[in-house]
Amino acid sequence: MLRIQQYQKVKSLAEAYELLQKNKNNQIIAGMLWLKMEDRTIPVGIDLSDLDLDKIIEDEKSFVIGANVTLRQLEVHQKLNLWTHDVMKDAIKDIVGVQFRNLATIGGSVFSRFGFSDILCALMCLKCEIVLYHGGKMDIVDFVNSDFQRDIITHIIIYKDHDKRCFICHRNSATDISALNLSVWQRGDEYLITVGARPQKAKQYSITGNNNEEIANKLKAQVECSGNMRASKEYREALSYGLCLKALNKIGEQ
Amino acid sequence: MKINIRVNGKMISDDVACDMLLLDFLRYHGFYSVKRGCETSNCGLCTVWLDNKPILSCSMLCAKCDGHEITTLEGLKKDAEAFAYFMANEGAEQCGFCSPGLIMNVLAMEKELQHPTEEMIKNYLAGNLCRCTGYMGQLRAITKYLNRHQGGKNEADQ
Ligand SMILES: Cc1cc2nc3c(=O)[nH]c(=O)nc-3n(C[C@H](O)[C@H](O)[C@H](O)COP(=O)(O)OP(=O)(O)OC[C@H]3O[C@@H](n4cnc5c(N)ncnc54)[C@H](O)[C@@H]3O)c2cc1C
Ligand code: FES
Ligand code: FES
Repeated sequence: MLRIQQYQKVKSLAEAYELLQKNKNNQIIAGMLWLKMEDRTIPVGIDLSDLDLDKIIEDEKSFVIGANVTLRQLEVHQKLNLWTHDVMKDAIKDIVGVQFRNLATIGGSVFSRFGFSDILCALMCLKCEIVLYHGGKMDIVDFVNSDFQRDIITHIIIYKDHDKRCFICHRNSATDISALNLSVWQRGDEYLITVGARPQKAKQYSITGNNNEEIANKLKAQVECSGNMRASKEYREALSYGLCLKALNKIGEQ
Repeated sequence: MKINIRVNGKMISDDVACDMLLLDFLRYHGFYSVKRGCETSNCGLCTVWLDNKPILSCSMLCAKCDGHEITTLEGLKKDAEAFAYFMANEGAEQCGFCSPGLIMNVLAMEKELQHPTEEMIKNYLAGNLCRCTGYMGQLRAITKYLNRHQGGKNEADQ
């Protein structure tokens, strides 16, 4: 059960950051969907809702997404999905239900760095940066591999480009978390293929090849998976081949 | 902490614990349509609207709703009754426990999606679990309800 002793709707990021440093148990409360599942006491719950971080702002080069933007806002944002070949929509649409996605935030999803995260796997096939209040900008891949810092994600920036990309995942049953997820980013002759829910956190592989089968086979030979209650190591490896082939075929149609 | 929440158009001011869930707040104030199911954000039974968008009241702090507007099934009586007619006609309920959350989300979907396909309906309602029916009766009722103004007589008037 989650217990919160004090709840603070902060007026500035500086105030939020100070509260975060004051006590290592103080926590930012975003969608609270994950936090609520934990058994812990939070001395001060920090709410960023008054800081105008719930907007997606498009400019010439990018989409600047506030940390408090909900997954549903991203799922239905037509221009973002048009620019990114529906990558965000495809990663989000099967996460529990609409009511859930109206609460869960991109900031909470990125910060948590879940191994099973569909969202991180999707962001890794985009030119994407995480903006931290104290730490500044960080490339998404570096962020995923970094240690947890007591910092605040303020924005996520997705840069526009004309590369082809695709996200795909396999669930054992609807609304369950993925048994494996995979994204492909085609950059010239190179395919950056990210595999998540291995079940460890998402890892990116750079692969080249003459045809889709060859690329999928190379991925299957390199991918490091292990087994858990959702899928065995062998099943995940076989899935990586199948999903990769499917994703490459989809990219071929873009 | 002191909060002011407008529920179904009526302002409620209260002094609540920081970690009180919206679900408990609403039930405490007599909105018994709001039910507790899984309490792990999975079943959709506790669905209410926050500023007209469907959310899970089991996973929301009432502190966070301070200054906002909540709608429960009690505030949508007329629409709920219209939909309930189609549910009854299709034999879409068994124990009926999931119905309040389902109805809240169907009415939200009706406002948000224009002419949804069957696939869009299924996607929108994926977060509303029913342990009894197998969903087919519900799907028939929802489709007929959404099409009620198209072609000929309104079934509810027959
Ligand atoms: C039942 C369930 C099923 C799920 N299924 C899936 C799935 O299929 N696929 C998937 O990808 N994800 C899934 N998730 C994860 C979910 O989508 C969210 O990623 C998760 O709930 C975290 O988002 P939140 O807004 O609820 O964060 P919270 O629970 O509020 O916070 C999570 C953590 O992030 C910190 N935090 C929040 N915002 C910030 C910020 N701006 N800066 C720094 N730290 C911050 C919090 O302090 C906390 O430590 C699931 C979660 C649940 C509970
Ligand atoms: S009780 Fe809220 S989702 Fe089940
Ligand atoms: S009718 Fe019993 S849970 Fe849906």
